[in-house]
Amino acid sequence: MIVNRKPLTLWERLYLPAIVGGFKVTARHLFRSLFGGKTITMEYPEQKWAVPPDYRGAPYLVRDQDGNTKCVSCQLCEFVCPPRAIKIIPPGPVGQLADRPNAEKIPKEFEIDMLRCIFCGFCQEVCPEEAIFLLRDYSFTGLTRAEMIYNKEKLLALGGTVGGVRKWKQKLEEAGEQEDFPVKI
Amino acid sequence: MDWNFIIFSVVKIAVVIAVVQGMVAYAVLAERKISAWIQDRVGPNRAAPPFVKDIPVIGPFLIRLGLFQPFADGLKFMLKEDFTPAGVRKAFFWLAPAIAIIPSMLVVAVIPFGSQLGHQKMVIADLNIGILYTFGIVSIGVYGIVLAGYAANSKYPFLGGIRSGAQMISYEVAMGMSVIPVLLIVGNLNLSRIIGWQTQHGWLVLYAPVSFLIFMVASFAETNRLPFDFPEAEQELVGGYHTEYSSMKFALFFLAEYSNMIASAAMMVTLFFGGWTLPFWGLDHPAATLGQGIAHIFIFVAKMLLFMVVFIWVRWMWPRFRYDQLMDLGWRRFVPLALANILATAVILWMKS
Repeated sequence: MIVNRKPLTLWERLYLPAIVGGFKVTARHLFRSLFGGKTITMEYPEQKWAVPPDYRGAPYLVRDQDGNTKCVSCQLCEFVCPPRAIKIIPPGPVGQLADRPNAEKIPKEFEIDMLRCIFCGFCQEVCPEEAIFLLRDYSFTGLTRAEMIYNKEKLLALGGTVGGVRKWKQKLEEAGEQEDFPVKI
Repeated sequence: MDWNFIIFSVVKIAVVIAVVQGMVAYAVLAERKISAWIQDRVGPNRAAPPFVKDIPVIGPFLIRLGLFQPFADGLKFMLKEDFTPAGVRKAFFWLAPAIAIIPSMLVVAVIPFGSQLGHQKMVIADLNIGILYTFGIVSIGVYGIVLAGYAANSKYPFLGGIRSGAQMISYEVAMGMSVIPVLLIVGNLNLSRIIGWQTQHGWLVLYAPVSFLIFMVASFAETNRLPFDFPEAEQELVGGYHTEYSSMKFALFFLAEYSNMIASAAMMVTLFFGGWTLPFWGLDHPAATLGQGIAHIFIFVAKMLLFMVVFIWVRWMWPRFRYDQLMDLGWRRFVPLALANILATAVILWMKS
């Protein structure tokens, strides 16, 4: 498309109106941020961003209302994890028993490499026990690579408790929604 | 051999170089801070040496002002890897930063930055051809940039070098012509004498405002500042002529740019704004006492800083010209205007005499 630009008048070609206009705008902003304190910078460690509730932050293991480990070491998240950040060692035939009824196993070790994790949320989606959630943490620091591999204790401690047994409830709701999905044949 | 002269010259050179380099470091900080304020940001406010944090009230204020950022920047430049890309022309690659910075430091030599301290004139070299010397040295500055563009063996620095060559040569014409009316009025090429004339007759900007306008615009172009920063137009040429440089070599180009700004600011103050003079409180004649001499130096530096702020402010105010607009402005507007200015000044002076 050819834009028809109207020719500049002599007054405009002197650049004077542009100079004055530019000076006015910049001076206004300068005094506003210098004396009015109206800057848009968020000064990070002191001010923090309000994370939205459905934010996909770091994946952590959670406990149920009785403080028991929800994870049953089924290893689905390990299989589904695209960057293979999750490593689970199951208890084996003679290992530790689950610390809650209605569960057979508990992971012997559960590691997430936070340097590999891409925060996709597949582990949360696939988990049949709703034992792993992407919570709101977004800031991790460590001085070594080994430090960034979070083990079971650390993940459980950071994950905290997600109260109430919600197992299958959400999946049922989802399935129900798909049942009466308004499709006309 | 006049040992007195040698010793005082060495002292003056050392002090001036130290002050100019310090001003360069803080000009970078001023650039970042002013740009931040204009863009509603905060700017550097974190760099803090360990002991400063413990000073009550003043310490945190200074840190918020970013006053220690230049130290961090300097340290960073020195500690970074000095990378030489494969395929560069080594000799020129090493030579270019030096050629860029040396002229910008040399220009300061003829600038009278104060009247007198005791019996010492506050100028390193009181040359009779001060202005000619300045223009001669400034035109060497182009070689650093052109060489950097050529030596890097890479297309963007090359384009930057070519652009800077054309731009600086074009604007030197207008710049040189713009000063001629000043010389006609004063009748002397010595910068100290030009200031001396201004102490008696008032600032030259009142006599030659058109000259000042052309000189200022041309010095923006000479120092590669926006709105004429073609040699390093980031959006078009990655980083321009210093794209391939790193570490201290890059820092030298950076220093050269800001030293050039300081030199141009000093030239503008000297030629058009009366140098170290102020028209009141009896500060408009050479100092008799030590206190007055120091006051003159501070007046000169304050005027220079004012021009530095103008340089910086303009950078964040206007967009870049297009290349053909730059050439058009240089050759078809400012050169004829400068010629007409010379003619008008000459005619007026002839009618007066």
